[in-house]
Amino acid sequence: MAVKVYGWAISPFVSRVLLCLEEAGVDYELVPMSREAADHRRPDYVARNPFGEVPVLEDGELTLFESLAIARHVLRKYKPERLGSGSLEQSALVDMWVDVEAHQLQPPAGAIAVECVIAPALFGRERNQAVVDENVEKLKKVLEVYEAQLVQSRYLAGDVLTLADLTHFTIMHYFMATEYATLVEALPHVSAWWKGLAARPAAKKVAEFMPLGAGAPKKQE
Amino acid sequence: MSTNVARVLVCLEEVGAEYEVVPVDMTTGEHKSPAHDARNPFGQVPVFQDGDLILYESRAISKYILRKGGSDLLRESNLAESAMVDVWLKVESGHFSSTMSPIIFQCLVVPFLGGETDTKIVQENLEKLKTALGVYEARLSRFKYLAGDFVSLADISHFPAAYYLLGGSHTSVLDAYPHVKAWLAEVMDRPSVKKVVELMKLPSA
Repeated sequence: MAVKVYGWAISPFVSRVLLCLEEAGVDYELVPMSREAADHRRPDYVARNPFGEVPVLEDGELTLFESLAIARHVLRKYKPERLGSGSLEQSALVDMWVDVEAHQLQPPAGAIAVECVIAPALFGRERNQAVVDENVEKLKKVLEVYEAQLVQSRYLAGDVLTLADLTHFTIMHYFMATEYATLVEALPHVSAWWKGLAARPAAKKVAEFMPLGAGAPKKQE
Repeated sequence: MSTNVARVLVCLEEVGAEYEVVPVDMTTGEHKSPAHDARNPFGQVPVFQDGDLILYESRAISKYILRKGGSDLLRESNLAESAMVDVWLKVESGHFSSTMSPIIFQCLVVPFLGGETDTKIVQENLEKLKTALGVYEARLSRFKYLAGDFVSLADISHFPAAYYLLGGSHTSVLDAYPHVKAWLAEVMDRPSVKKVVELMKLPSA
C-alpha cells in the first residue's frame, strides 16, 4: 500500500513532506484537497488531524500530522542517514538546526514571502511593507548566523545533507521569489548552499508543485 | 526560570545525569554578551555543553540527553511509537507552549518589570489554549498519554508551561478538561519534575 499524503502542494508544509518522500524515493499518492472548499475542516479530515491542518500522512496503519513529525518518520523509516541516525552528536545537530529553521528563519522569511508573494496571489491584497521591513531586519541577522555556520561546514549539521537542510527548501522557495532574495545572494556560503539545495532533482520536482514563486513579478530595479 | 531551561533540566533528571547549571542573567543582558553569543548566536537560553558539543534549542538538547542516557522516552526503537512522540512534541511546541508563552509573559513577566498585563493578549491566547485543550481531552480520553499508552517526552515537555498554568490565575480553565487535568497531575508527580519544580521556586531561578 502506497503512502498517502493529504493536502494542497502549494502549502510549503505539505511540500516539505513531499520533498522528503522524493528524497527517500518513496512511492506516494497525493490526495487532492481544496482549501477553498474547506476540505481540512470536514469531519473525516479532522478525524485524521484534530487541528484541521495540512498535511496528513498515512503509512499503513499510521496516521500522522505536523509536517516535521511526518518528515522525521519518512526519513527514519526510509533514509535514516538524513537524520544523522547512528551518531548522538550528528542527530543532535540535525535536531538543533531543524528547530532553528522553525524558530528563527521561518518566521521572518515566511512573513516576507506571505506579504510579497502569497497575499497578492491568494488573498487578493497588497503587501504590508512595514511588516516586510521589520522582518527583513530580523532575517538579515539570522542569515549572518547561517553564513558563519556554512563557512565551517558544507551543510548545516555537518558535511552531510540532512533534514536540517531539507526542511528549509519549501519556505525559502517562496522567499527566493521575492526581491529580498538578494539577502541570500549577498552571502556567498548561504547562496551556494541554497543553489545546491534547489538543484537537487527532488527539489526541482517539488518546486513544480509550488508555482506561485515562479510566476511572481519581481520588483523593477 | 525559563521554561526552555526547565525542559532540559527535567531530562537530565530523568536520566540521572550529573550536571551544572551556569546562570546567565538575562535581566542584565548577559545573553547578548559576546561570551554567550559564542555559545548561542541567537542569544537565547538554554545552551548545553557536553565536552566539545555545544547545543541550543531545548527540544534538540532534550532528545540528545535522553538518547545518550539510554532513556525510553523517545521510543526510537519503534517506528510507529517514535512517530507519535514526534507528532505530539510538535503539538506541545506549536499549540500548548506557544499559547502559554504570551500568557506567562503578560501575567508574570510584565508585572515583574513594572508594567501592566495586556488582558486582550491573555484572553486571545486563553481561547487558543482552550481549542488545544479540547483536542487534548479527546486524545487523552482514548489513550493514557499523548503518544499512546506509554509516557514519553511529548508528555513531559508540557511540564514547564503547565507549571505556570497550574500556579497562575487561569488554572480553572482546566476544569472543563478532566482527562487533561488528571494527565497533567500525573506528569507533575514524576520525581524528575518535582525536583526541577523545586529549582524553579528558588529566588535565583
